[in-house]
Amino acid sequence: MKQVHVDVAVIGGGPAGLAASLAARKEGAERVLIIERNTELGGILQQCIHHGFGLHRFKEELTGPEYAQRFIDFIKETDIEVMLETMVLEVTPERKIYAVNSESGMLEIHAKSIVLAMGCRERTRGALRIPGGRPAGVYSAGTAQRYVNIDGYVPGKKAVILGSGDIGLIMARRFTLEGAKVEAVVEVLPYAAGLTRNVVQCLEDYDIPLYLQSTVIEIHGNKRIEAVTIAQVDEKWNPIPGTERKIECDTLLLSVGLVPENELSSQAGVAIDPITNGPLVDDAMMTNLPGIFACGNVLHVHDLVDNVSKESERAGMYAGRYALGKSSEKARRIKVQAGENIRYVVPHEVSSEEPVEFFMRVQRPQDDVALDVGGLRRIRKTSVRPSEMLDVKITPEQLQSLEGDTLVIQIVEQ
Amino acid sequence: MKVTDKQTLTAQVVIVGGGIIGTATARELSRYNVDVLLLEAEAEVGWGTTKANSGIVHGGFHEEPGTLKAKYCFPGNQMYPQLCEELDVCFKQNGILMVGRTPEEMETVQEYYKRGTERGVKLQLLSREELLEQEPNLDPELAGALYAPEGGSVMPFELAAALMENAVQNGVRYEVNAKVIGAWAEGGKKYLETAEKVIEADYVINAAGLFSDDLARMFGDDYFSIRPRKGEEYIFDLSVKDMVKSTIFPVPGKISKGILVIPTAAGNLMMGPTGDNVDEKEDLGTSQDGFNRVFDGAKSLVPGLDPRKIIAQFAGVRAASDRGDFIVELSPNVPGLVHLAGIESPGLTAAPAIAADVPRLLREAGLELEEKEDFNPRRSGVIRFHTLSREEQDKLVQEDPSFGRIICRCESITEGEIVDAIHRGARTLDGIKFRVRAGAGRCQGGFCQPFITQILSRELGIPVTQVTKAGPGSEQVKYEAKELSEQEVL
Repeated sequence: MKQVHVDVAVIGGGPAGLAASLAARKEGAERVLIIERNTELGGILQQCIHHGFGLHRFKEELTGPEYAQRFIDFIKETDIEVMLETMVLEVTPERKIYAVNSESGMLEIHAKSIVLAMGCRERTRGALRIPGGRPAGVYSAGTAQRYVNIDGYVPGKKAVILGSGDIGLIMARRFTLEGAKVEAVVEVLPYAAGLTRNVVQCLEDYDIPLYLQSTVIEIHGNKRIEAVTIAQVDEKWNPIPGTERKIECDTLLLSVGLVPENELSSQAGVAIDPITNGPLVDDAMMTNLPGIFACGNVLHVHDLVDNVSKESERAGMYAGRYALGKSSEKARRIKVQAGENIRYVVPHEVSSEEPVEFFMRVQRPQDDVALDVGGLRRIRKTSVRPSEMLDVKITPEQLQSLEGDTLVIQIVEQ
Repeated sequence: MKVTDKQTLTAQVVIVGGGIIGTATARELSRYNVDVLLLEAEAEVGWGTTKANSGIVHGGFHEEPGTLKAKYCFPGNQMYPQLCEELDVCFKQNGILMVGRTPEEMETVQEYYKRGTERGVKLQLLSREELLEQEPNLDPELAGALYAPEGGSVMPFELAAALMENAVQNGVRYEVNAKVIGAWAEGGKKYLETAEKVIEADYVINAAGLFSDDLARMFGDDYFSIRPRKGEEYIFDLSVKDMVKSTIFPVPGKISKGILVIPTAAGNLMMGPTGDNVDEKEDLGTSQDGFNRVFDGAKSLVPGLDPRKIIAQFAGVRAASDRGDFIVELSPNVPGLVHLAGIESPGLTAAPAIAADVPRLLREAGLELEEKEDFNPRRSGVIRFHTLSREEQDKLVQEDPSFGRIICRCESITEGEIVDAIHRGARTLDGIKFRVRAGAGRCQGGFCQPFITQILSRELGIPVTQVTKAGPGSEQVKYEAKELSEQEVL
């Protein structure tokens, strides 16, 4: 078995892994390795050929592949090593990685620190337990996106989309542009799950109807999907009898949420937050396992790739520092708690020695409120939406003035 | 013979149906010097009731004495270890527990103990303490259990495919997408008509499962009917696979064995099945109501089951007969026609024993059967990359680099395994999934399906738009890019 020794091993070459590896190298770690399962770097961005990426980061509207390419070009200017078509099979708490590819066979990679950047997967029809048959023509939106944008095939010509997550909205527009008809987008919530700009640019601009507080209650068809029955739902998401409506279609796309892919992490013993489905991390983006860091969609599902890059640079920097033996035991531990109308906050724990940027999401939409950070900062928000992450920076000085060992972040009335 | 311009085939014995009964019979007959052809209606064998089976190799203590179910179930159970060893398929002998909730139910459990023991089934009665020591995640209120250590689990689809492969190795022919649409007896011969061919046979074995009564009727036998009974099953993620070790049965009701919690041979925990009479033989839909009943039943056995860990669900339809028992007999009206029908639970367990009885029936009907000298009972199994040690994996990739390309990331299935499955007869995405489990994991093919579609297209030499989920009519992606958006206008 081939042995490899590195300072920092980054698992995943999507936007999180790219940014983390650059930051680790910049911090001074000498041997930085990216392990990527696909044939190229860039991750899921490579199939996101629509524009809208990089507005914050580069002050430009880039496509997904363009955004990825900026980082890939940076990588090329460094001596960061990249292993493509290489699948990680196991990570150990001692920071040993087993990975396989067809060229080298099994690799045993010994890393001084590891950055978990495996991204997320889509929730499936099975997880939702949509009743009915199991015909062809039912895809998660991202799978359909790959078929259309990478492979060059259109799954069908009459589609219904369940879920108004961003990928679903983007695919509604893509299907329309490819000459297919999108009959409906169906959303169980009373508001769209994706970004407002996507609702406008992908549905309203193309007259695609969005049915809120509705869901698909049955899939019809044996070989290929023939129709779906949709119905309105009550507050508990139960279908309301009498509101059923059958819509003929040959395709059903599911855009019903993303799940961080933490099978490798859990197997290694990384503690997982049941809300985010991602690791619990401290202000260095380090998990409960010393030297194992996490960032990007494997940590929590982000709204914008720009935020992934920002967060991953922090993880990469601290992973680099750890590999160089420069990290120190923190004197003070402050627990971060999600308060009123906050679903989760990352990181979960902070010291008062480093500047921190918190990312969080609200549970429900609210207007004219303020984000209160343990009384240390209070920021006015004209509106907060579950689809849009909030972020706030706190300095070590501010944290030092905190009394007690819990920092509550909450939404308060103005 | 009827006038037809269809291609004509002949065979001494034609088996109609490539489910577990048809394939087991094909393999059994391949021991003899006889020319056998199997016809399967679907795109691959094992695709009807078989693929939706719970996969349990029953202990053999459930069945009422005097029934054919009792005649074939326990002997079938006893044949499984050798059969699975010869075919190199997975047989997980993890035992079966029938648990009682109350002292009254424990009396029933005692009766099954007696019934089984008389038959020779190895059984053991467990107190509550013994039960909970063996299975700590069961409801602590349970009163006790009956334990059958020789019960187990197989992957029914894998077994059917392996039986067919081994039968083919030994000279059996088979055709898929060959649904029988007409059948008749004439001049001592029997004729079977498919969309493309007419097959002339001396003997016909009706193993057509749900459609066995339809086939019987084509020959004029209308003395039994199939009463389709649907079962829904729900599969959990591998992360909760260790909640129970043995298959957990409640004390059975009148119609079915009840809702079970099943550690499948594939590793995933599964719960089900329901047992609902349905009108349509191909009614494979799942339902909210079905889920509720399954979950309530399973939770009463294993309270810690978490519905959020469910990754997939499916339904199958049992080919139960109006006799309430198996039908394993010669047609009273058509010489040389054998009915193997009404094979509901414990049909999978009984299958090897039923198949082993078919030569007797054929001899009774006048066929001379002579054992081949060169029958090879062994089939080389598939390589399952994820079950190998790191050293073995490394060695394998050095020998064949296609095993170094992981296609299905959830189940760690390699390109090498997928290509091998295609060479063994997989033709569809479902066929790949059933054989090697690519796409059977938590992402349900979300990531790997486009790649498997490409591999199928490449290996079969067909366009991507002709790759199907489960045979003609279930094409995966229907159009090439620009096919819908651009049209010739001049």
